[in-house]
Amino acid sequence: MKYQTVIGLEVHLQLNTKTKAFCGCSTDFGKAPNSNVCPVCLGFPGSLPVYNREALNSAIKLALAFGCQIQEHTKFDRKNYFYPDLPKNYQISQYDLPLSRNGYLDIHVQDQPKRIGITRVHLEEDAGKLIHEANESLVDFNRTGIPLLEIVSEPDLNSPQEAFDYLTSLKNIIGYLDVSDCDMEKGSLRCDANISLRLQGAKELGVKAELKNMNSFKGVKDALTFEVERQTQLLETGEQMVQETRLWDVEKGVTVAMRTKEGAKDYRYFPDPDLTVFIIDQSLISRIKKELPELPQEKVARFVKEYGLSEYDAKILTCTKKNAEFAEKCIQVYPGKDKKEIVNWLIGPLLSEANLRKIELYELKINIKELINLLGFVQRQEISYLSAKIVLNQLIDSQKSTHDLIREGNLQQISNTDALTQIIETVIQENAKSVSDFKAGKTNALMYLVGQVMKKSSGKANPKVVGELIKGRLS
Amino acid sequence: MSIDKETINHVAHLARIELQPNELEKLSGELHAILGFIDKLSNLNVEQVKPASHILPISNVLREDQPHISLFPQKALENAPSKKGNFFSVPKIIE
Ligand SMILES: [Zn+2]
Repeated sequence: MKYQTVIGLEVHLQLNTKTKAFCGCSTDFGKAPNSNVCPVCLGFPGSLPVYNREALNSAIKLALAFGCQIQEHTKFDRKNYFYPDLPKNYQISQYDLPLSRNGYLDIHVQDQPKRIGITRVHLEEDAGKLIHEANESLVDFNRTGIPLLEIVSEPDLNSPQEAFDYLTSLKNIIGYLDVSDCDMEKGSLRCDANISLRLQGAKELGVKAELKNMNSFKGVKDALTFEVERQTQLLETGEQMVQETRLWDVEKGVTVAMRTKEGAKDYRYFPDPDLTVFIIDQSLISRIKKELPELPQEKVARFVKEYGLSEYDAKILTCTKKNAEFAEKCIQVYPGKDKKEIVNWLIGPLLSEANLRKIELYELKINIKELINLLGFVQRQEISYLSAKIVLNQLIDSQKSTHDLIREGNLQQISNTDALTQIIETVIQENAKSVSDFKAGKTNALMYLVGQVMKKSSGKANPKVVGELIKGRLS
Repeated sequence: MSIDKETINHVAHLARIELQPNELEKLSGELHAILGFIDKLSNLNVEQVKPASHILPISNVLREDQPHISLFPQKALENAPSKKGNFFSVPKIIE
C-alpha cells in the first residue's frame, strides 16, 4: 500500500449519574421536553454551577482503567460559541488542565497486541437537543448539562478496522466500570474521527478531515473506509486537500463537507470563574483504584489460567461483566477440574438460546444446578446430545427439573440392543445403496445410516451403540 | 496593546452583534483604552504570586448526586421570546 492511514478518535461519553453535572436536575431519558431544567442548566444570570461528586469519581475511575495519569490540579474552562442548543453560549469544558492524560488501550491487529495511546480524558457537559421543523428549530434542554467525558485517542489507529476494534474494546471496558450506558443509539456514546493519509514512511501528517454524525460503530468504520478511498483518489490526482469537517450520510454511504463560517472555531477558552479548582489527592486516587473491578483483559487471562479456557472462548464469555459473572458461576458449580464441557455448552447451545430470545447470556432464566444435571445425563449417555438441546430449551423459563423434563418428553436414550435392532433392520432395508457403499469401504455411509436411525428414534437412540450394532450387522 | 478594526469586526462576529461604521470607530477607541488599562497589570511584579484561576483560595467544591426539583416547563418557558408547546423556538438553524 502506497499510503498509510492515520486515524484518531474522539469519544464523548455520558456518565450515568442520577443528576446533571452542575445542578440537581434529573438525567432521566425520555421525559417531557424542558421538564428536567432549572436556572443553572438554562444558564440564567446569577445561577451558580457546582460539580457533581459522583461524576468526578466516575471520571477518575474511567481514567484509571485506561492507565491515565490523574492530574493533581485540574479546572474547568468556558468554551465559547453560539448555538441554540447551548443556553449559556458557552460549554463548560476543560482546556489546558484536563483531569487526566497519557493513557492507553490495547487492541489486537492480526493477533498481535497493539497499544493505542489515549491523549486525555477530560470533563465537560452535554448540550441540548434541536428538532428542525419547516420554519423554525425547537429546543429541548433536558440533556443540557448531563456530565460528559471526552476521551481523545492518539492518532495511532491505522485502519477503519482498528478504529472499530478500539471502540469495541473501549465500550467493553467502560461496561465493566458501570459509569455509562454506552449506548450509541441512545446517544450516550458518540464518536468523531480524524483521518488523514500520508505516504508510507512519511514523517509529517497529511491534511485531515474530521468526520461527524456516525451513530454506530459500524457507521464509524464505514465512514472511515469511504474516506480512505476519497482521500486516496484526491492524492492520486494531485488535487488540493483542505482541512474540513465532513458529515457521514448513512443513507447514501458518503461523507459530505459541512459548511462552516470562517472563524466559527475560535472558542476563546478561559477559566470558568464560577467553579473552583480541583486538587485530586493521592488518597482519593488510591481509594478509587482499589475499587476498580477486574477488567476484561485480566479476566480473560485468569479464565485461561484458572479454568483452562482457550483465549478465544474466554474472550467471548467476558465481553460484558454480567455475562462473565454468569459464566464463571456455571464453571465453578460444574464439578471436576476439566471445564471444557460446560464451556462448550455456554458458548454453543446456551448462547444460541440467548440469541434466539434476543437477550444476553446472563439474562437466561435457568437454574444452574439443573443445567449441570443435564450435562450429567449426556455424559452418562442417558440422553443424546440432540435430546439434551431440546431439554435445555424447555429448562429455560421453567420451574421443572431436568429429570422431569426428560421423563415427560420420553427422551431417555435408547441403548437397549433389542429396541435398536428393530429400527436398524428397517433402516438397512430402506437404504440398500448406503449399505453397499459401506460394504465397499465408504465410512461416510455408516454415518448416514446412523443418522437415519437417529431420525427414526426421534433423536433418542445412542449413536455410539447404533454405530457398533450396524457395523456388527453388516460385517 | 492596540486593536485594529479587523479584530473588532471579528470579535463582533463571534459575539453575534452587528456594528454600524460609527460604532466601530467609537468602539475601537474605547477598547483601546480598556486594553491599555488592563495592560497596567503587566507592569506588576508577580514573581511571588502563584497563578490562580479562581478569585478565592478554595478548591474541590462539590455537590452530592441528589436530585432537586426542576422547574415546571411552563415556568422555564415563561420568559422565552418564542415557544411552541413545551419547546423553546428559535429561527431555523441549518448546518
Ligand atoms: Zn438544572
